Amino acid sequence: MTGAAVPLLDVEDVRVTFGGIVALDGVSFSVQRGAIAGLIGPNGAGKTTLFNCISRIYQADSGSIRVDGKPIFDSPIHGISKVGLGRTFQNLALFGKLSVLDNVLIGAHARTMGNFVSDALRLLGMRRRETALRDEAMALLEELRLDDIAGETVAALPFGTQKRVELARALSAKPTLLMLDEPAGGLNHDEVEEFKDVVRRIRDHRHISILLVEHHMNLVMSVSDQVVVLNFGRKIAEGTPTEVQSNPSVIDAYLGSGHETEAH
Amino acid sequence: MTAETQVTAQSVDPERRIAGLTSGGWRCAATAIAILVAVVLPWTLGSFQTFQITLVLFYAIAILGLNILTGFNGQFSLGHSAFFAIGAYTTAILVERYGVSTYLTIPVAGGLGFAAGFLFGFPALRLSGLYLALATFALSVATPQLLKYNHFEDFTGGVQGINLLKDSAPFDLPFSVDQWWYYVTLAITLFAFWMARNLINSRTGRAIMAIRDNPIAAATMGVNTALYKTLTFGVSALLTAVAGALSAIVVEYVAPDSFTFVLSVYFLIGLVIGGVGWIPGAVIGGAFVLYVPNLAEGISTGLAGVLFGVIILLVIYLMPSGAAGLVRLGITHLRRRLDRDNNKA
Ligand SMILES: Nc1ncnc2c1ncn2[C@@H]1O[C@H](COP(=O)(O)OP(=O)(O)OP(=O)(O)O)[C@@H](O)[C@H]1O
Ligand SMILES: [Mg+2]
Repeated sequence: MTGAAVPLLDVEDVRVTFGGIVALDGVSFSVQRGAIAGLIGPNGAGKTTLFNCISRIYQADSGSIRVDGKPIFDSPIHGISKVGLGRTFQNLALFGKLSVLDNVLIGAHARTMGNFVSDALRLLGMRRRETALRDEAMALLEELRLDDIAGETVAALPFGTQKRVELARALSAKPTLLMLDEPAGGLNHDEVEEFKDVVRRIRDHRHISILLVEHHMNLVMSVSDQVVVLNFGRKIAEGTPTEVQSNPSVIDAYLGSGHETEAH
Repeated sequence: MTAETQVTAQSVDPERRIAGLTSGGWRCAATAIAILVAVVLPWTLGSFQTFQITLVLFYAIAILGLNILTGFNGQFSLGHSAFFAIGAYTTAILVERYGVSTYLTIPVAGGLGFAAGFLFGFPALRLSGLYLALATFALSVATPQLLKYNHFEDFTGGVQGINLLKDSAPFDLPFSVDQWWYYVTLAITLFAFWMARNLINSRTGRAIMAIRDNPIAAATMGVNTALYKTLTFGVSALLTAVAGALSAIVVEYVAPDSFTFVLSVYFLIGLVIGGVGWIPGAVIGGAFVLYVPNLAEGISTGLAGVLFGVIILLVIYLMPSGAAGLVRLGITHLRRRLDRDNNKA
């Protein structure tokens, strides 16, 4: 290890294949504490696959990922929340039959206590802790303007609202690194502008570092300190937003693939 | 604020009062009334009817157990007759063969039920949906045969089963035997429902339901899904085994053919009729599976099964979410009407 500070997230030479498809091919980069890092690339570049790898849903063929210097590949999926990793899902993975409030309360699972016996018998100050947790969750919902619908069943809500519930649920875990997979999907122009502030506030007020996957270039480029570009499973560029935007291979990847960058 | 947002805000406002009571207050009142009725009921009934409502109660406990597993955790089971049998035989064997106090056998039956459910929960982890239904079905088909098996006969009494005699009320309490065991069953039922409600409204309960709705997301939130699923299986089987123990005591008899897979199907019917994922529904489901087959029998002995089937179809057709849906619908209607009246005033 060199003298530099240990990065919060350190992805090293990660390779993931599905049968014949190489979804990630030796990807390496790191995210420093306190940073907002953008992760971009055309459809199918491997961004979500990388998220799934970091959150232990997918098994990497080789390489390593360290959080705060500690390797995570021997952790089970349910262990990553304890390590300080929180995330949202591109295609929504909410608890559909539960209320908005309950979804957010489950977000706090890893940092709260209780077991079958204490919860069934209401032992060990469980009621007091539950009240405190609910107040905290309601404050969070208020901040994300979800308090009016705290009691509504999640499955019945519009897509954009569900995305916000996912964000609230992830924040409720108080992660050190928050991974957002296309959080601005389905937002209109004004909402994207507003969302920029939301992202910055998460970093500045909650001191949460962010890894942001987005197709909205304007959003990524204006909030990120650092941008990593993937194409066909390979990292093709990394740098500040200005550096990346003028990088010829990045321009090629986007123009060459013929993808609409504002899609999704 | 526009009128529209006000309405949505109101519909979830826990402070909102209807006829002076909040929704939590109404729930308390309904529970208190139900308990009061349950306490008074045996004094208005003969001993056979008291015996019957005791059966409703332990069916309710068994269905509650199934509801926690299937309704809240999303794991299907056609094997709960096996856990019920474990509870019943534990009590019968301990009382008849070892002279253990009847009351003591109830927690022992629960403990064994938990162990059996927890262990069965492991293979269940690898199965989902229809495959789990098949595996649990196999469990309930195997149970009566094992109970009849001649090498276990010294224990289980084989095909004959075991007769036992229930204790009469202690300390010269002024209860008949049937009344006494009704109250014991009622106390255990209330305790079971109280625990189930606490569990569902807690961190553990939310984790259980999160697994049902989205296991990957639940794991990402830090829920050890394998552990929670096996423990939920254990708790579910515990409740059902306690119900089985009570059945052995109350009916004073256990035999293999009382615990066929038909009993599992009855639990499932009770679950669906009461409302999947609604705790009080188990009582309604219990009453349904006890009284409706009798009712059908009363109408026509020859066609009792057909009638029972038709009644089930009708009920499901008329209230697709079981009693739970009906209650919810009633509350919504009442609320709307009150809102309308308030707006007029
Ligand atoms: N579970 C899986 N099984 C098989 N192939 C998969 C799986 N998950 C991803 N892939 C493949 O891996 C490649 C990368 O997909 P991935 O979802 O990571 O892309 P992405 O960058 O998130 O794209 P998008 O911007 O469209 O969300 C694609 O070719 C995809 O088909
Ligand atoms: Mg993706």
